[in-house]
Amino acid sequence: MTAAPTATLNNNMVNGRPSGKYSLDYLDQLESESIHILREVAGQFEKPALLFSGGKDSIVLVHLALRAFRPGKFPFPLVHIDTGHNFPEALRFRDDLAAALGEKLVVRKVEDTIKAKGLTEQKGKLASRNALQTFTLLDTIEEFKFDACIGGARRDEEKARAKERIFSVRDEFGQWDPKLQRPELWNTYNGRIHKGENVRVFPISNWTELDVWNYIRRHNIELPSIYFAHEREVLEYQGQLVATSEFIQLEEGDVVSVKKVRYRTVGDMTCTAAVESSADSLDDIINEIIATKTSERGETRIDDRVSEAAMEDRKKGGYF
Amino acid sequence: MDLLRFITAGSVDDGKSTLIGRLLYDSKSIMIDQLEAIEKQTKNREDGEIDLALLTDGLRAEREQGITIDVAYKYFSTPKRKFIIADAPGHIQYTRNMVTGASNADLAIILVDARNGVVEQTRRHSIIASLLNIPHVVVAVNKMDLVDYSQEAYIKIVGDYAAMAETLGLKDVTYIPLVALTGDNVVDKSGKFPWYEGESLLHILENVHVERDINLTDARFPVQYVIRPQTDDLHDYRGYAGKIVSGIYKKGDAITVLPSGLTSTIQRIELAGKEVEEAFAPQSVVLHLEDDIDISRGDVIALSNNQPQTANEFEVFLCWMGTKPMAPGNKYLLQINSRVVRAVVKDIEYKLNVNSLQKEPAPEQAGLNDVVKATIKTAAPIPFDSYKKLRVNGGAILIDETSNVTVGACMIE
Repeated sequence: MTAAPTATLNNNMVNGRPSGKYSLDYLDQLESESIHILREVAGQFEKPALLFSGGKDSIVLVHLALRAFRPGKFPFPLVHIDTGHNFPEALRFRDDLAAALGEKLVVRKVEDTIKAKGLTEQKGKLASRNALQTFTLLDTIEEFKFDACIGGARRDEEKARAKERIFSVRDEFGQWDPKLQRPELWNTYNGRIHKGENVRVFPISNWTELDVWNYIRRHNIELPSIYFAHEREVLEYQGQLVATSEFIQLEEGDVVSVKKVRYRTVGDMTCTAAVESSADSLDDIINEIIATKTSERGETRIDDRVSEAAMEDRKKGGYF
Repeated sequence: MDLLRFITAGSVDDGKSTLIGRLLYDSKSIMIDQLEAIEKQTKNREDGEIDLALLTDGLRAEREQGITIDVAYKYFSTPKRKFIIADAPGHIQYTRNMVTGASNADLAIILVDARNGVVEQTRRHSIIASLLNIPHVVVAVNKMDLVDYSQEAYIKIVGDYAAMAETLGLKDVTYIPLVALTGDNVVDKSGKFPWYEGESLLHILENVHVERDINLTDARFPVQYVIRPQTDDLHDYRGYAGKIVSGIYKKGDAITVLPSGLTSTIQRIELAGKEVEEAFAPQSVVLHLEDDIDISRGDVIALSNNQPQTANEFEVFLCWMGTKPMAPGNKYLLQINSRVVRAVVKDIEYKLNVNSLQKEPAPEQAGLNDVVKATIKTAAPIPFDSYKKLRVNGGAILIDETSNVTVGACMIE
């Protein structure tokens, strides 16, 4: 038959294992898996969308899409559900990136859904629109008849996510039913759905926070400035640092100070906490993450602290 | 640093979740807030011990009932390797979940309770590992403290398992005595087993040679998507996007497209937008051919001198995963990599007893978690390889066309 070489013959052994030209390291393997998933979306769906938040995970998704589809255009628009509570730096980054790539950007505002549907906003100090964005997302899916929404969620983030499929089928209300998930075997993804249903696709399911940062460093991917250490006025609230902004009601007795901080995740200004840090380069950030004793969501996400099953409940209600 | 995907198999009381918890905890992959959350939950329980098993129970119903419903994925890494653990539950729907987790696994850890030795569960897990062709198996003889770290007890279990492994054709089996609860022999080698000459479990996991498992001989490239920018400057650009599931492709290679049989030559290979001379599994690339031939999603581009089989009728081991039973004559969609065709299960030859490996008379219907030998006929010929030879091009799923649910896993003979 063929004279093609085998891995063991062709590789030089280093420390008892091959390190030759026919082996991929873990980041290259993860990248290839993610590109494969993105191309499956392109091949299987009529109207996919990439949910883009301006956060590092969705920025990595865009980078992966470039590697999956260039020199062609993306077979999907970038879609941002704007809560109105976003960091201005993330919004600017979003607009600049979409313009630089020449890709279509769709923005739908939670503010508009609140007005149009007479929704009631959360009250209180850190009033969050996190729950309301599910309404806007579902409306947007319906408006554009999106049949697949690609998101940057990872299984290491949270234990309900650890159980979700890469192709996660949602009913017409966007609801996730963890007990009725399709078995997902090999690298074969079954994206068949009935009209009205849609699939949430998570191409970087198998990446960890550290993998994402290492990938960003390897490919020198640009990020919004708030990921790097900067001076910011913050409110100390239940042990977390929340940026002061027009969305937060300060009260007497609140401790507000200027600190050197950076963000580990970027969500709404009201539900994302900053961490004190002087890390202003990717190397420093990666060293901090290696040394950290707290999980990404545990340290920075106020929205997960509500209950043990906060994420599971949100997903069952149509959340990403 | 490379990547190892493994599955842990064990029944409820074998200490499977404790072992995973131990690996994560001792490799410092559990964060303080996650540990605090577990401590908080443990306080609500009666015994008061920190239960590392809670780390893998992600859903409310699981925590409330103390059971695991579905495959959960866990991640940790050491300076040598990144690890992906597929943790499948030990009771209800076990076969379905273990088959799912095993389909991508490089290695299976099979837990054996030192007090009980090789039992029916052990056999079932090993049969599934063999059926899914997991390249490496580690038999972890757990709870050695409860047999006083007895070498004799260990040797007996190793002997029993080795005999079974031979009949199953498991290729690479490693044995290790350990105590998951206290961490003996899990991350570091323990002094409790002076007679044990091997390394710790983590050391074994870090050093298994997984690179050899990637087949670099039989080149297969299922086309996922055709990139055609159709812009003025890229008017003639036509690239076939996909992942090389096995083998190596070089510029100038003679290729055959299957199932059509059309032939051409590789003109150009792009990897992340850059032209390369050659590419290999498991890279995702774009292939360009010299000739403008008809190729679409689901076709397989193979080297002309080494092609997969192409047929519309073949035998499979079929693990049934649907809640509704399957009877011969039922029609489904069959998906292999990116190709979907209509298929009918022609007949069931026999049922495989996954506890004993005995062939049982063909049932009228296959029910949830049944494994049967069956013949499948497809509406059009499909290119495939024997699953035993090439996992990445020999596994297919069956989809119920009315519910769209994945109802079967086929390992093509």
